[in-house]
Amino acid sequence: MSNDVLVVAEHSDSTLTDGTFELIGAARGIADSWGGQVVVVLVGDAALASQVVGADLVVTADAAQLSDYTSEAYESVLAGQIRQREPGAVLISMSTKGLDLAAALSAACGCPLVSYVVGLEVDGETLVATAQIYGGKIMAEVAIESRPAICGVIAGSFPADAGSAAGAANVEAADPPDLATLRTTFVALRTPDAGDVDITAADLLVAVGRGIGSEDDIELVQELADALGAPVAASRPITDAGWLPKSRQVGKSGLKVKPRGYLMFGISGAPEHLEGMRDAELIIACNTDEQAPVFDVAHYGTTLDLFDLLPELTERASG
Amino acid sequence: MRVVVVLKQVPDLVEEFEIDSDGTDIDREYLTFLLNEFDNHALEEALLIKDATGAAVEVVALDDPDVDQALYTAIAKGADRAVKLVGASGEGWLDTHTRAAAFAAWLGGEGYDLVLTGVQAADDLDGQLAPMLGALLGVPHVSVVVGVEAADGAARVRQEFAGGAVSELDVPLPAVIGVQAARAEPRYAAITKIRQAQQEGGLEQIDIDRPATSSGLTVRRMYPPERSDRAEMLTGTEAEVADKIIALIRDRGLMQG
Ligand SMILES: Cc1cc2nc3c(=O)[nH]c(=O)nc-3n(C[C@H](O)[C@H](O)[C@H](O)COP(=O)(O)OP(=O)(O)OC[C@H]3O[C@@H](n4cnc5c(N)ncnc54)[C@H](O)[C@@H]3O)c2cc1C
Ligand SMILES: Nc1ncnc2c1ncn2[C@@H]1O[C@H](COP(=O)(O)O)[C@@H](O)[C@H]1O
Repeated sequence: MSNDVLVVAEHSDSTLTDGTFELIGAARGIADSWGGQVVVVLVGDAALASQVVGADLVVTADAAQLSDYTSEAYESVLAGQIRQREPGAVLISMSTKGLDLAAALSAACGCPLVSYVVGLEVDGETLVATAQIYGGKIMAEVAIESRPAICGVIAGSFPADAGSAAGAANVEAADPPDLATLRTTFVALRTPDAGDVDITAADLLVAVGRGIGSEDDIELVQELADALGAPVAASRPITDAGWLPKSRQVGKSGLKVKPRGYLMFGISGAPEHLEGMRDAELIIACNTDEQAPVFDVAHYGTTLDLFDLLPELTERASG
Repeated sequence: MRVVVVLKQVPDLVEEFEIDSDGTDIDREYLTFLLNEFDNHALEEALLIKDATGAAVEVVALDDPDVDQALYTAIAKGADRAVKLVGASGEGWLDTHTRAAAFAAWLGGEGYDLVLTGVQAADDLDGQLAPMLGALLGVPHVSVVVGVEAADGAARVRQEFAGGAVSELDVPLPAVIGVQAARAEPRYAAITKIRQAQQEGGLEQIDIDRPATSSGLTVRRMYPPERSDRAEMLTGTEAEVADKIIALIRDRGLMQG
C-alpha cells in the first residue's frame, strides 16, 4: 500500500480538461499530507503527457483499443493500475467517464467510493470527503476508512490553477493490460447540430426548468425573453421532453454558458445544471422552494410563483 | 429476450429536508418517496424495446418506502413481471454497494439479457448502481445512455458526453445499462390501470438475505449547505419584485432600449 494519489486524466479534442487539473491540485494536497506522490494515469493518447503539470509521475496507456473511449477498455487499464500501485486514493471527475468508471472500479477492486465529492481533507491519516447529495440540498461529511479510497469529484470543486503549477512530471508507460478480450466496440462519435441560436454567445439568458409544468406554458418564458431580447435556455428535463431544442440546454451534458445575466424560473439548481452556469455574472432565480440549492449560487432570489412573476416582468420589459 | 429494470425509490427533492437527531442522516419520517426519475427513464427505454421486439420486461426493486406503488405502476405501463426483494433493507438509507450485491445475487440466478437502471439516484453517496452491477456480474456495462436498441444478442447503445456529443457503442448481451434519458418521454399509466394492477396483486415477493457488504464509509455529519453567500432574497408583491428584477438587469445595461 502506498501513500500516492492517483488521478484519472480526462481529455477531449487532444486537450486535458480543466477537471483534470482540478483533480491534480486536490491530489497534491492529499499526497503532501500523506507523504506520497501524485500519479496521473493518462489513457488513450500518450502524447498528451507533455500537457501534465503539477504531478510527479504520468503513467500512459496507449493502444488502438484505447483511442476511443469504452468503459470496458478504460476499466481494465485503471483496475490494473490500482491493483499494481495500491494508491491511498484515486480521484476521478464525475463526468460521463466518471459515472461510467468509478463505481465499476470500486466493485472490481473492492475499494470504497464516495461520489459527488466537492471537498477533500486529511484528518490524521484518514481521507475525509464532503459530498453533495439529494440534488445539492444536503452535504455529507464522510470518512473513508480503508484504502485505496476512490473519490468521484464534481467539476469546478477545486481550483484548476493549483494543479497547473509548473513542473514537468516523469512519464512511464503502463504494463499493457489484456485488451484482446474486450466485448464493447466503439462505432462512432456524433456531435450535435448547432442550434438556431447560440446561447453561449448571449449577454442575457432567460432559463426555464421543470417548474414550468407544461409545454404550453413555455410561451410565458418566451414572451419575457422576447421582450428582453434574450434567448431562452433550459434545464435538461425541458429538452429531454422536447419542449425546447437540445441546443438550449445548459449544464453538464448541455452547454457551458457565462452570460452577464442569467434569469432562472423553476430550476432547482441540481449540481449538473449549476456546472453549466455558475460563473454567470448576475444570477436571479425564481423558485417556490426556499431550500432549493439554486439559491446557493444565485445572487438574487425570489420564492414567488413563476406564474405570478413572469407576466409582471414581461409587462415591464415590454414597456 | 428478457429485459430487467432495477428500480429505486428516492425522496421527493422538492420537499423540505431535515437532519435526524444523530446528525448523520436525513430525517425520513415526513418525506414522500417517489421512483427515481432516471429509473423511470430506464423503464420507458425497456418498454420501447418491448414495443419494438416483443421482449419481456421485468421490474425488480428492494423493499424501499412506497415501492409497491412504483412496481404496480410499472405493471400498468406494460411490465410483464414485478419482483420485490425483501430482506436487504433495514431502517434508513441503504448504500449502493449493498443494493448492488443484492441485485447481483438475484440476477445471477435469472436468465436475463439486458439490465437497465437509472444513471444515478439522488442518494448515491457511495456510487452508481449500473456500473457496480456490471462489474459484480462480470458483464459489459455502459452508463449515461440515451438510447438502447437491442436485438439478436447484441445492443447498440448511445452514450452521452458533455456538450451533447454522443458515442455509439455495440455491446454483446447480457449487459447492464445506466439510462440517462429514454428515447421518448416516459409514458403515463392510467390511474384505473394502476388500481387494476393493485387489485390483481401480481407482485412477486421474494425473501433474500442481507448481503454481507458495506460501503466502507462512515458518515460523520450531514448538514444543509452553509448559506454564507446565499442569494439576497427579494421580497414584496409580484409587482414589487418585478420592479426590483428589472432594475437589477437595467443597471447592468442588459435591457435593450
Ligand atoms: C449525467 C447527467 C447529466 C446531466 N446533465 C444536465 C444538464 O446538462 N443540464 C441540466 O439542467 N440537468 C442535467 N442533469 C439533470 C439534473 O440532475 C436535474 O435532474 C435537472 O437539472 C433538474 O431540472 P430542473 O431544475 O428543471 O427540475 P427540478 O429539479 O424538478 O426542479 C424544478 C423546480 O421548480 C420549482 N417550481 C415548481 N413550481 C414552481 C413555480 N410555480 N414557480 C417557481 N418555481 C417552481 C420547484 O421548487 C423545483 O425546485 C443531468 C443529470 C445527469 C445524471
Ligand atoms: N472517440 C470518443 N469516444 C467517446 N467519447 C469521446 C470520444 N472523443 C471524445 N469523446 C468525449 O466526448 C466529449 C466531447 O468531445 P469533443 O467533441 O472531442 O470535445 C468529451 O467528454 C470527450 O471525452
